[in-house]
Amino acid sequence: MDVDRDALIWMYTKMQTIRQFETRVARLMLEGKLPGTVHLYAGEEAVACGVCANLGPADYVSSTHRGHGHLIAKGGDLDKMMAELFAKSTGYCKGKGGSMHIASLGVGILGANGIVGAGLPIAVGAGFAAKYRKSDAVAVAFFGDGASNQGTFHEAVNLAAVLKAPVIFVCENNGYAVSTSQARHQTIVDVADRARAYGIPGAIVDGNDVFAVYKAAREAIGRARVGLGPSLVECKTYRHYGHSIGDPGRYRTQEEVDAWKLKDPIPRLRDRLIELGVMSGEQADSIDQEVAGAIESAVRFAEESPSASLEALLEDVYAPSGN
Amino acid sequence: MRQLSYSKALNEALRSEMRRDSSVFVAGEDVALDDGAFRVTAGLLGEFGPDRAVDCPISEAAIVGLGVGAAAAGLRPVVEIMFMDFVGCCLDQIFNQAAKMRYMFGGNITVPLVIRTPCGAGFSIAAQHSQSVEAWFAHVPGLKVVMPATPYDAKGLLISAIRDDNPVVFVEHKRLYRLRGDVPEEAYAIPLGKADVKREGRDVTLIATSMMVHEALAAADMLAETGISAEVVDLRTLVPLDLDTIIGSVAKTHRAVVVHEAVKFGGFGGEVAASIMEEAFDYLDAPVKRVGAPFSPVPMAPVLEKAYLPDRNKIVAAARETVPVRVK
Repeated sequence: MDVDRDALIWMYTKMQTIRQFETRVARLMLEGKLPGTVHLYAGEEAVACGVCANLGPADYVSSTHRGHGHLIAKGGDLDKMMAELFAKSTGYCKGKGGSMHIASLGVGILGANGIVGAGLPIAVGAGFAAKYRKSDAVAVAFFGDGASNQGTFHEAVNLAAVLKAPVIFVCENNGYAVSTSQARHQTIVDVADRARAYGIPGAIVDGNDVFAVYKAAREAIGRARVGLGPSLVECKTYRHYGHSIGDPGRYRTQEEVDAWKLKDPIPRLRDRLIELGVMSGEQADSIDQEVAGAIESAVRFAEESPSASLEALLEDVYAPSGN
Repeated sequence: MRQLSYSKALNEALRSEMRRDSSVFVAGEDVALDDGAFRVTAGLLGEFGPDRAVDCPISEAAIVGLGVGAAAAGLRPVVEIMFMDFVGCCLDQIFNQAAKMRYMFGGNITVPLVIRTPCGAGFSIAAQHSQSVEAWFAHVPGLKVVMPATPYDAKGLLISAIRDDNPVVFVEHKRLYRLRGDVPEEAYAIPLGKADVKREGRDVTLIATSMMVHEALAAADMLAETGISAEVVDLRTLVPLDLDTIIGSVAKTHRAVVVHEAVKFGGFGGEVAASIMEEAFDYLDAPVKRVGAPFSPVPMAPVLEKAYLPDRNKIVAAARETVPVRVK
């Protein structure tokens, strides 16, 4: 597989950005600086970045409650993201959505979602719209192993298959539906097995290997772009934090967490790119520092922004009517 | 004027909007090849092809989700839920997704989606094919709720619903599909949020929706025979609610009866009655009465269903309770 040098650097940079964003957000939460809750994506970065490296601005993504990574990988603005988490009026949603509803139609993000499995049918609609307009845009639905037990998963995959809609269903299998392990929430090992039930291709990849994700996504997205319909790509991965902030994760053993941290996708990619001669260790360090600067600048932007305005309370319930 | 049935009037609205705007499409169960369960989408497949008249599997959540995603991506979907009772299968997509997206996303998205669905009892098809659950949707900020009572209103309100940039739950009534009435041939839009005074009167206001507008009109005829002049206000849309017209009428008649086919307890009539109490108490000469279905599922047996349904006699009885006895 040939991958453009710039694309490889892009993937490393975005993965590093997501990791540092999430690490910083975790700290801000623990310091009590952010209201509400967050579901952190750290550990799963290779999935969002391997997939989104194949997408353009016209392509759609429906995200999940664990959605920061998707937005960053799709081109989201760190300042507006951080401001949203701080509940500031300069946030993506004017502080009215927060982490679980962060959205930017400008970069094709149809929203994070507080309802597990709800994004899948919405992605089918966006993919349907792309096909309807005869564009070659596609829609990606990210979802977890937990969501694969929702009726919406089955309805959406079947409908996309029947309509030959350009949709790629990307399962981020992190092994847990909140606290319930996959072995306790379904009797199959591979969610991708379910693709066969709907007559579409299903692939299984190491979700902590960004190259593997990139390659499988490229194939699935390529099929969708030329009208061959939907695919399912299952990425086996792991979240470093609990389900949401404050979840101590008592349902996972320390051995399991440690074993997965050895498979951390970011050091793996860094070592690989150095080995391939794509970048040096120093270049990697300087990317990391640039990212750290961007994150700190986003935090400053958020801290200095005005809080959500009271006028916004009753705004945006309805669109100005009609046309 | 030309007469058309309620279902044909709806069909004409769909057809004219699909001709006018290529981003409008219909999707649902049996809407294309089989013309729709109540023939509202008849002939659309032939005129517009399978890309714009889309038969879907029996998957209500995916059908509404298809509409939400397509609307978010700039199309104007009109999806059909074959019976209103089936909304339980897709409620999340309606009330958590379509309704809230614009607000949650800080106004950075529009969801111009119409969800058409027939409500109503009267065919002995029992508890899961006969309900009127419009109050569920009226309770959710972000949705508009429309309930046309006549062929004329059906066409004009559906055109407005399709042109509206918000998610609209468009509630038709099964017993009205064959009702005929005046319908102009050209396209016309009736604004959402404007009630219609279907009959003028002096002594009592009957505020009704959908099928009950016709029962209220029949009740007004019966009341007239005993010297009581009833005004009939058809709400046409529950959200936005035209409180001005309601209060204007109550200011004139000083008495009000709110009528709907839905279960009275917890129904939308309570909202209307409370709004009158809050905004027009000084005009009232009698407590506001409500007429609705009893607190039970819809029964199958024709004799039970007849007893269950609100009708002109029940409306007359309620109206009489608000009007003092006239002694000659």
